[in-house]
Amino acid sequence: MDRLDLGGLFLHFLILWFLAIGGPSTIFPDIHRYLVEVHHLLSNAEFVELYTLAQVAPGPNAMYVTLIGWHLAGWKGVAATTIPLLIPATTLTLLVGHLNERYPNAPISRAIRRGLMPITIGLVFASATILMRAVNHDWRGYLITLLTVAVVLRKPWNPLWLFAAGALAGIAGFV
Amino acid sequence: MKHTESHKPRVSQLELFLAFSRISLSSFGGAIFWARRELVERQRWLTEREFVDVYTLGQLLPGPNVLNLTVIVAHRFAGWTGAAAAVAGFLGWPCLVVIGMGVLYQHYGALPQVQQALTGMSSVAAGLLLATVIKLAMVLPRHWRPWLFGALGFVGVGVMRWPLLWVMAALAPWAVFAAWKEQE
Repeated sequence: MDRLDLGGLFLHFLILWFLAIGGPSTIFPDIHRYLVEVHHLLSNAEFVELYTLAQVAPGPNAMYVTLIGWHLAGWKGVAATTIPLLIPATTLTLLVGHLNERYPNAPISRAIRRGLMPITIGLVFASATILMRAVNHDWRGYLITLLTVAVVLRKPWNPLWLFAAGALAGIAGFV
Repeated sequence: MKHTESHKPRVSQLELFLAFSRISLSSFGGAIFWARRELVERQRWLTEREFVDVYTLGQLLPGPNVLNLTVIVAHRFAGWTGAAAAVAGFLGWPCLVVIGMGVLYQHYGALPQVQQALTGMSSVAAGLLLATVIKLAMVLPRHWRPWLFGALGFVGVGVMRWPLLWVMAALAPWAVFAAWKEQE
């Protein structure tokens, strides 16, 4: 395990949040790469468990970074991972929001959205495969994952029920 | 057409803090549903159309979409202090909840039952992401170019495990330029 460099962590998260077009799921693979593969600050299992726990909390899905920060270094870790999340929203967003009110139909914003959308989808798919490989040790884990997909695509149920079902399947010794 | 000033109610910092606290605390698995309900239906601060515009803009920008929406809406109604109050309401409570979870995880995370429950829940979390990808991919045009960019993003970040910064620096300008040419 490397020594934790909070300044480096802050900078890395800051760069990532400026790249997070399409939301927090797009930077999940790179956060995993940085913390688990490059710096060995978390094990694969810890990373996945912290991510999953945060999905059960209220609020935006992005809060997994706060939980990871807390786990690594308490309040300082929370600051190092959570403050970067606020910076694009308070700088770029306000600037672009202002420009957008002035020029509402600029074709460049459509080109950006249409151009980046497929990359975003590729990145979320990368997140899903990294998570699947990290958590599912055999066919039973993959079965739960696929059942979840089938339910979500058909029923508008609150995901909390699915998490509860997953937890019960785990405690019952299914996975 | 004459430019008409859109209906812009007076909203205080406290009201913004409370409204965005409510959105945040009711939203499990995505805040957008609750944001619409609070801002359009309950408070009537935004029309349906304005909400869609702000949300689309939030998606275009980096960071959590609903956080971007929070900042834009609150800043429009009550300036910097309003934006700060709304962000405090929107992020403050979930921050406290996940820190509480972090404390519990440090104490009980190693218990076998907790480990088993978390493993089952993680398989569900993977399924939720996969379902999101499928829903998103269904709206992609049936054309080779978007699918190529999606595949390149996936391979670069998910298979080769290259840093996201390099992958985006290589792909994003090319993808936006291609979409721009197509529009003309």
